[in-house]
Amino acid sequence: MSKPEFVYTTYIKTTREKLWHAITDEEFTGSYWFNCSLVSDWKVGSPMKMMRGGQVMNECVILESDPPRRLSYSWHTVFDEDMKKEKSSRVTFVLEDDHGAVKLTVTHEDFPAGSKTLPSISVGWPLVLSSLKSMIETGKPLAFDPAKTTT
Amino acid sequence: MIDTSTFKPTIVYTIYIAATPEKVWQALTSPEFSRAWFSGFAAEIEPRVGGKFALLAPDGSLHIGGEVIVWDPPRKLVTTFDVNWEGIREALGTETVTYEIEPAGEAVRLTMVQANERDLSDDILSGGRTGWPALLSNLKSLLETGKVSKIEMAPPMRMIEALKKLGVKVPGM
Repeated sequence: MSKPEFVYTTYIKTTREKLWHAITDEEFTGSYWFNCSLVSDWKVGSPMKMMRGGQVMNECVILESDPPRRLSYSWHTVFDEDMKKEKSSRVTFVLEDDHGAVKLTVTHEDFPAGSKTLPSISVGWPLVLSSLKSMIETGKPLAFDPAKTTT
Repeated sequence: MIDTSTFKPTIVYTIYIAATPEKVWQALTSPEFSRAWFSGFAAEIEPRVGGKFALLAPDGSLHIGGEVIVWDPPRKLVTTFDVNWEGIREALGTETVTYEIEPAGEAVRLTMVQANERDLSDDILSGGRTGWPALLSNLKSLLETGKVSKIEMAPPMRMIEALKKLGVKVPGM
């Protein structure tokens, strides 16, 4: 049995510094993360809130912050009652140079058995990371309503 | 035609692309497009169930050969997908690759599923786990920007070592 985790790799034509900014800047995250903005000072131990339309979607805590190489935070979904009862999971971003592009690997792990969060994020990460790649490479995010696509 | 209904999914990759289903289908099935995103390899496909499928290396040699299992443009393409290395089919069994194209708002959701006849080790699967995200990232870039990145197509050493142990002759190794 493999442990419950989600791993996604994408290659983006940019630099690690620009990609770090793109995954940590409040305004820039809001441009591609389907109106979700990430708010934090990104220091280890600091809180990070994922906000959509004034509502907190996920409450996170920064676990590792090594710009522009490695970022890790805890993840506690609070917009859904069942997911809110689950213990926090963990997300790690690894940024590596690769032939003039950046290889970005996102690992989301530490889910409890029967987690409702795991299937939710397994749909969500390919959407968000595809939109991130489009935003950086073309200046335009992916245009659709994720609420209609993910349910 | 080979029965692939019992093959188990081993690698799944989903990517969203700002393009029409027709454009994505063309990129998957035309030699010119596939050369651009599949690291120089040209897709040659007989457009019918039971038709021949091939990925040709830049020198024209056969790299991957197979047969069309599902041909449903612009929605679904399934082919067998056998690397043309001596002994590999005996060692690993047959593989299929499925591309499914679905509209998602103004974009397209492309899902690639590799499925295998036999249970394979993580060492063997490391090749596809490394390669597919790089290739399909390139496909997205090609369709959205017209440009691609260089891809290191050398299989991971752990995969090469595992193949050699199984008696597969890896070219150049």
